[in-house]
Amino acid sequence: MLKAFFHILIFPGLLFLFVFGFFAEYADRKLYARFQNRIGPPWFQPLADFIKLIAKEEIIPEEADVKFFKLMPVLALAASSVAILYIPIWGEQAVFSFNGDVIVVLYLLTIPTFAYFLGGWYSRSVYSMIGAVRSLTQLFAYEVPLFLCILASAMLADTWSLSGMVRFYSQHIGYWFCNIIGFGVALICLLGKLEKVPFDIPEAETEIVAGSFTEYNGRLLAFIRMSFNIETVAGASLLAAVFLPFGLNLPPAAAFLCYLIQVFLIIASISFLRALFARLRLDQMINLCWKYLAPLAFLQVLFNLTLKVVLPR
Amino acid sequence: MHESGDVKIPIGPQHPALKEPESFLISLRGEKITASSVRLGYNHRGIEKACEERTYTQGLYLIERICGICSHSHSTCFVQAVEEIAGLEVPARAKYIRTLIAELERMHSHLLWLGVAGHEIGFDTLLMYTWRDREVVMDLLAALTGNRVNYGINTIGGVRRDISSKQKEEILRAMDILEDRTKYYIDLAKGEATLIKRLQGVGILSHEDAKKLDAVGPTARASGIERDVRKDDPYAAYAELDFKVVSVNNCDVYGRTLVRLGELMESFNLARQVVRKIPEGPILAKPPRKIPAGEVVSRYEAPRGEDLHYVRSNGTEKPDRVKVRAPTLANIQSVSKMLEDRYLADMPIVIAAIDPCFSCTDRLVALRDAESEKKNTVAWETVRLKGIEWHKNRGTDFTSLNKKLTRLFQHA
Amino acid sequence: MSRPGKIARLLMQSIFKKPATLNYPAQKSGMPEGFRGKLKFNALMCIGCKMCMRDCPSGAIEIRKIGEKQFEAEINLAKCIYCGQCVDSCLKKALEITAEFELAKLDPAQLKVILNAGNTENPKG
Repeated sequence: MLKAFFHILIFPGLLFLFVFGFFAEYADRKLYARFQNRIGPPWFQPLADFIKLIAKEEIIPEEADVKFFKLMPVLALAASSVAILYIPIWGEQAVFSFNGDVIVVLYLLTIPTFAYFLGGWYSRSVYSMIGAVRSLTQLFAYEVPLFLCILASAMLADTWSLSGMVRFYSQHIGYWFCNIIGFGVALICLLGKLEKVPFDIPEAETEIVAGSFTEYNGRLLAFIRMSFNIETVAGASLLAAVFLPFGLNLPPAAAFLCYLIQVFLIIASISFLRALFARLRLDQMINLCWKYLAPLAFLQVLFNLTLKVVLPR
Repeated sequence: MHESGDVKIPIGPQHPALKEPESFLISLRGEKITASSVRLGYNHRGIEKACEERTYTQGLYLIERICGICSHSHSTCFVQAVEEIAGLEVPARAKYIRTLIAELERMHSHLLWLGVAGHEIGFDTLLMYTWRDREVVMDLLAALTGNRVNYGINTIGGVRRDISSKQKEEILRAMDILEDRTKYYIDLAKGEATLIKRLQGVGILSHEDAKKLDAVGPTARASGIERDVRKDDPYAAYAELDFKVVSVNNCDVYGRTLVRLGELMESFNLARQVVRKIPEGPILAKPPRKIPAGEVVSRYEAPRGEDLHYVRSNGTEKPDRVKVRAPTLANIQSVSKMLEDRYLADMPIVIAAIDPCFSCTDRLVALRDAESEKKNTVAWETVRLKGIEWHKNRGTDFTSLNKKLTRLFQHA
Repeated sequence: MSRPGKIARLLMQSIFKKPATLNYPAQKSGMPEGFRGKLKFNALMCIGCKMCMRDCPSGAIEIRKIGEKQFEAEINLAKCIYCGQCVDSCLKKALEITAEFELAKLDPAQLKVILNAGNTENPKG
């Protein structure tokens, strides 16, 4: 019982996620700045931003639905925090695992997008409504390739549990190579889920001020930014667990170190891709996802299925 | 034009897409723009009236501060007008120095535009790199003129500072560095796929529309109209220098990008020519304090297009009437045309593509009667009395306001 | 021809180069010589003709008599636009422009400085 509380609140629960989320945001901003030949913020910048936002007054627009407005950031924070409990961090076994928890993790990582949509819709300002509708439209574009790639990996491992998948790939390390197309597609779709350039259309600063988050300020905005950070950590951990299964059969301390390095590499590639591209328009993004990414994901699924049939177990 | 069923989204006066306040009202259906309208005037500061209360020398500094990016354009245009009324012959060395600063200003303005365009389409990396290179020009301008913006190098009759031979070498070195970087940006503009996707086919202004709506500057030159005041009506030292007018036929934002990049390359050549050909001699012809009566229209090719100044003098040391027509005022009418049938996501880059400088734009044009459609122009004094009358009818108490004003002036 | 990510090489190079920005105010770059900053007044050369006051575009400088052939200048740093016209208009070259530009103060009263013969500046009041 006490162990459960420790896992939920401290490690790998809320405290670990807060600290790691701040570190992820710092690494992202610092690398982004260095790619652009600038100095970048100091290490305590995300913490300072968080504290400043919490200390500010909350202003809720008159026409907004107060219940939804206040509830949605908390919902997003909660959903993305729970997802980490099913991802293996220090070994082959996650805190909780059962057959089918891949689906649960993917579902939990989709809830924040719905929370942002509802929060933006119920803010009832023109900018937030347009931003909310855009985020949902974007969801329809990147969800399918992302799900297909992760499920293709699961199909090859013959199990629907993340811990089972990690165990399978640690034993047959050669099979990592078969999922490489899936890794590329999933990385691009992760950019879409985290709403980063070139897919930061729902939050396009120069077009609709701040999209769904235009009317948010104070504590609620702090929670939203925190939930973005935790979603980054959870998404990167998911990708690391599914596509980069190295070093997870070592003793816990070394395995944890490998996990940290892998997550850092994924966050670094996200920063690199962020600095590399311009923002796409919504119709161009949907074209890209359905014309190029979805067929590649289907290809990955077919490839894995044939592999399963052809190769002996 | 604006239908009642559509979502009306206000862009401005305060909006992250705009660098200066202006109000665009856009009607949306889903993501498509169905109608748009413009409302100007948020940056009106009464500069034309203020010029009438100041001498020509003081007014020169005020005119220079109409805008930070095209400050030399306004200053030179005004000073050319005054010199023509007074019949002053500006020495050749001063004309060459004015041309040099003008081309440096064009460089810094176009590099700034590249960065802003990158920011509007979400490509912040381009913003950071072009503004880093812009610092080379800004440092050069600070060394030559004493300030990074609002250079203050013009004075009636010539220029205030001279360039030394050490500064000439610095200029040549800076031109080499910048030419290298601009070649990279041209490469990038022709090769980066996401950039081309966002810029091509967006903000189309056909050749006929550009002629009908009287577009000027790079906006017109991207639609195939070869109009450039430096070639059509040479001023300063341009008659003796050799350069091309850059124009393409793309008619969209991508074309405007290419035109501006081409103009950057031409500016480097011009600056090098000036440094090589500049004659020795004085830099100032002493002007009289009282300018004789007369009226002059002066034109100048600012980085954004054709800049017009009208100056009328009446023999005293203060001008009678100064009127400024900035290039953005001519270009802004084409924005509604360019936004027809496009997506909301194209709106920031289309507005940014005309390189708007609303500080230059907002001057009083004409008064329109609210009930009838009649237009008439009234004198300043009539406007002032009308304003006082309007406030009196609303019950404003003038005695307390007057007391506050006198107290304010005592302390200032 | 056109491919996405053309700027990738430049990005990777920038990681290993020195950054182009400075950590102001810990590191300062200064301004080139000839930069127009705060004014300096040589009270011994001033003859009190007030040509500078006449030509100043914003009315920032005021010359006052404090004794027989002794003048002091009061400059309002907030009004001054640092154009240097007073330097050009002065018949005796008593005004000079320095490159000091970090002139922000928290108290608006400190923005009016008095320059006199001791060439020490005292804020007004």
